[in-house]
Amino acid sequence: MAMLIATWKHCVYVFSTGLEDEVDTFQEEHERERHRGKRRDGERAKKKKRGNGEGRKRASRAGREEEKLQARREKKGRRKKSSSDQEAEGREGDEADQPTTKSSKAAKTRKNVKNEKTRKVEKEEKEDEADDEERNRKRKKKHGSNKKEENVEDGNTVKEKAGEVKKKKHKKVVETSSEKETSEEEDNEEEDSEEKEVRPETLTPEELEMLKEAVDERKKLIQGLRGKPWAMKKKLVTLRESQEFVDKYEGALGKGKGRKLYAYKVMMTKKWMKFKRDFENFKTACIPWEMKIKEIESHFGSSVASYFIFLRWMYGINMILFCLTFGLVMVPEALMGRPYGTIPRKTVPRAEAPSAMDFAVLWDFGGYAQYSVLFYGYYNNQRAIGWLKFRMPLSYFLVGVGTVAYSYMVVIRTMARNANESGVGDDNSFNFSWKMFTSWDYLIGNPETADNKFASITTIFKEAILEEQESRKDDNIHLTRFLRVLANFLVLCCLAGSGYLIYFVVRRSQKFALDGLENHTWWERNEVNMVMSLLGMFCPMLFDVISALENYHPRVALQWQLGRIFALFLGNLYTFIIALMDEINLKREEENIVKFNITTWEASHYNISASENSTSPPVTIQPADVPRGPCWETMVGQEFVRLIISDTMTTYITLLIGDFLRAVLVRFLNYCWCWDLEAGFPSYSEFDVSGNVLGLIFNQGMIWMGAFYAPCLPALNLLRLHVSMYLQCWAVMCCNVPQERVFKASGSNNFYMAMLLVILFLSTLPAIYTIVTIPPSFDCGPFSGKKRMFDVIQETLESDFPAWFSKVFSSASNPGLVLPFILLMVLAIYYLQSTSKSYKEANVDLKKKLQTQNEENKKKNKLAALKAQMDLEEARKAASPSAEHQKNNNASPDQEADEEEDRGRSQRMYHSKNGRSPPPHRHYGQLPATRAPVPRNYPHGNQGSAGYLPSFPRENEARMHRVPSLQRH
Amino acid sequence: MGTTASQLGKDMLSEYQELTFLTKQEILLAHKRFTELLTKDEKDLPNNRVPMERILTLPELKSNPFRKRICNVFSTSEYKDGGLTFEDFLDLLSAFSDSATLEIKSHYAFRIFDFDDDGTLDCGDLEKLVNCLTGETDDTRLTPEEMRQLINNILEESDIDKDGTVNLSEFQHVISRSPDFVSSFKIVL
Repeated sequence: MAMLIATWKHCVYVFSTGLEDEVDTFQEEHERERHRGKRRDGERAKKKKRGNGEGRKRASRAGREEEKLQARREKKGRRKKSSSDQEAEGREGDEADQPTTKSSKAAKTRKNVKNEKTRKVEKEEKEDEADDEERNRKRKKKHGSNKKEENVEDGNTVKEKAGEVKKKKHKKVVETSSEKETSEEEDNEEEDSEEKEVRPETLTPEELEMLKEAVDERKKLIQGLRGKPWAMKKKLVTLRESQEFVDKYEGALGKGKGRKLYAYKVMMTKKWMKFKRDFENFKTACIPWEMKIKEIESHFGSSVASYFIFLRWMYGINMILFCLTFGLVMVPEALMGRPYGTIPRKTVPRAEAPSAMDFAVLWDFGGYAQYSVLFYGYYNNQRAIGWLKFRMPLSYFLVGVGTVAYSYMVVIRTMARNANESGVGDDNSFNFSWKMFTSWDYLIGNPETADNKFASITTIFKEAILEEQESRKDDNIHLTRFLRVLANFLVLCCLAGSGYLIYFVVRRSQKFALDGLENHTWWERNEVNMVMSLLGMFCPMLFDVISALENYHPRVALQWQLGRIFALFLGNLYTFIIALMDEINLKREEENIVKFNITTWEASHYNISASENSTSPPVTIQPADVPRGPCWETMVGQEFVRLIISDTMTTYITLLIGDFLRAVLVRFLNYCWCWDLEAGFPSYSEFDVSGNVLGLIFNQGMIWMGAFYAPCLPALNLLRLHVSMYLQCWAVMCCNVPQERVFKASGSNNFYMAMLLVILFLSTLPAIYTIVTIPPSFDCGPFSGKKRMFDVIQETLESDFPAWFSKVFSSASNPGLVLPFILLMVLAIYYLQSTSKSYKEANVDLKKKLQTQNEENKKKNKLAALKAQMDLEEARKAASPSAEHQKNNNASPDQEADEEEDRGRSQRMYHSKNGRSPPPHRHYGQLPATRAPVPRNYPHGNQGSAGYLPSFPRENEARMHRVPSLQRH
Repeated sequence: MGTTASQLGKDMLSEYQELTFLTKQEILLAHKRFTELLTKDEKDLPNNRVPMERILTLPELKSNPFRKRICNVFSTSEYKDGGLTFEDFLDLLSAFSDSATLEIKSHYAFRIFDFDDDGTLDCGDLEKLVNCLTGETDDTRLTPEEMRQLINNILEESDIDKDGTVNLSEFQHVISRSPDFVSSFKIVL
């Protein structure tokens, strides 16, 4: 505190002396600082030599030291104040002495600042690459661990140096205080630096600009710090330094008014950052079931977890769908629409009333459930309801459209993101390397899973090697082909059979329905759903058996299997829909009859009432007594809801019996059984990821299909997903074993997504067809009385919007405008596709270029190395005459050296033989002539070995001069 | 470094958040798990280092074939014994976290695979790597012939400059195209 006061006083004082002086004072000071910095740097270098360990310790000690120093400083505060004032006066005197050098000095200072900054940046970057460099160096010269050790230290010193430069420049308190043996003098210097720091007004615009740059740089550094592969300690030190620097100098930016604003801005950004971080934390905390999934992930690897992540994703989508239908359709109708029992469509008919509350009826979604907001038929065609004038039919229609549109959007967006993430993942150029480097799933924390993974990796390796060795193994290809054709034929038979079965069952159920459901057993009433669920359960097993015939690679087999199950489900679903369509047509015929009957009934009723008393108020007929049409929309909704319910039940029961009961039996019967149940035949079940994902996808497809006619479907599905999340998590953890065939999740992710998209498309198709082509029922649902359901849009346009809007809309929707627009879109799609294709080509080209360049570089390097060697030889050659000369002079020639020389020559010869461009022999003869003066530099001087030695330095010199020129080639 | 989660100072916590890819909850959890590894008398010392043997008892690392390498890479110990301080531990978790970038993940993966710490993946490293991946048992091990073939294939693919080893940039080039590296190079507490 005292320090600050001192500085401020100083500042004020300087201010009063005038702006000109002020700037110069600062620069002067700056210069001095630099000198001191250098001095300090020197000291530091000395200290550094004392050992790296100390340096590290020093850094860690920094914090404590700083505190100590702070205390010391406070003590000295008063003394310092006076001394600094004196200093300032002294400086002014100095300035007066040297007015001429001022400007030049100032310029230099600025330059220095800049230089230093750039240097610093470089250093920082270097730091980044320090490790890499280290590696590269090592790669070139492979030495023992000794060398390595050295290099590490080297890296450390580089880092440390960088840190020091930084610190020097910014006069970090941490830095200075980190030196334990700070002398009194140094303390003083430190105070000076402090003074400088807190005097931002003295900065020139350019310096301010630079400072700002530096601050921004620091901020960037802080931002990117987490992405640096450094040890935490180093990151911490860097962070603290940078933070301190930013804190210190941020306030210095901007002047007067601007400064306040700037400070405010800085504060706000800080707050905003903090808020953002907290929000991120909050967001991750909000992701449901994160811990559960992670636990599963660690036990079963990422593929099983991917199912649960997919389930969660589905849950999220259904949540949105539920919010849409619940908030915009169900709740408004329930709150603001006419209450139950006011109009025929909202009342249970008299005939059904006695059994309307029976559980069996409710379970089938008849009775009161049928005449509630859960189904289409309950909604009234009143245009606006409640005091809000909520446009109910319009809302119903738009929610239906919005549901589909949102689903499309989400699925496609996710697919695109997945495709982006995987990038160009479909090329097989790194087949082996990927298997090697990325096949381990680090999430596996369960020894058993790990063992399975080891086994599967081994098989993957072996398979890959085999595939590589014999890319096409065609032993008895005719048999294989025949078997495959047979298998496909069998599968097709299965599919056709299951389709026919469903059709048959649906038709039969219609007959039952006409007879009246009460006369039949539970099985006959639920036949359709049960048959569909059972088919879904047993056909995949059949396919599995059939696929054993085909002898495919497991991955291919898995895809075939998935494709077949997909086809089965799809076939079943579509048969179901076709049967439903038949039923719809039947109901519509029935409706026509009912319509006719109603008119006669009404007429007769009117006649009766008229004949009774013509003046009486209109007769009140109980809404329950009014005859009504069959309302096919509700029927469709009911069918889908029943389907979902039975599907859910089957899933859960299979889970309980197939997994839980089996696990229990295996676990407890194992004590008294003749063979090992756990390891032998029944064993525990595996978690079937693909089957479960497919089930989920089809379930979702049914939701999309039926949601328009039964607004309760998303809610039901939400419930189902919620329950299955917990149930399956539990089942997996308690009664499943890790898969033997552990396959990667992300690779098949988009495969599932593509399936989902196909299902979405196929399920919206019938829904859209019914909406567009079949006229709505005359006495139920929000669109009753209209010719087509989408007429509600036109109605809204005509009555709720101003005239010009509908005019614009109608003119915009005429074919003359729509057709060109479609054409334009097609063109755009074509254009984008062709550009993407060309980008891909460019990519391939670049890759090729890169490869060829690499090869060329390699060649060049080899050549360069060869040339360098030749030069070396030349130099030696040039040097050797002198040696020989000396040898001649000397009576005792150094035998050893001679031998060495000979060896070297033979080696050289060997190299030149091997090299692509053998060195011309003439060179040897010529060069000594051109280089004749060289030996003369060492004329017949010393004897023996001493005389020989100079050739080494010469040789080195020659190389040093030559190599750069070679690299330019 | 305190001994309980509450003693992990607020400043430290925010700094750690700044420096790692972890969220606050994850850091706190990491701290909890780390202090569980400390013995009683160690808990009072600041800045203590947990030896590798005790780190490896963590279930998340227990069955990982690279567990020792991971410890060695993230350890800042002077004795090269693979002991981890809490900060090293955080570094580890950060590199293996969900949100870590591909760059940092591939950097550490390279260092983990570089068994002899010489900055390149040479044949010896690759062999050790394959042995790690195929497990310790004999029936899953590859024959020498297969091993040679495999390593040759790998070098063929990823050794772009054909110097017989895979260096960091080649490694990163290979990894960056892999569809499932980021999703599998994860360790979650």
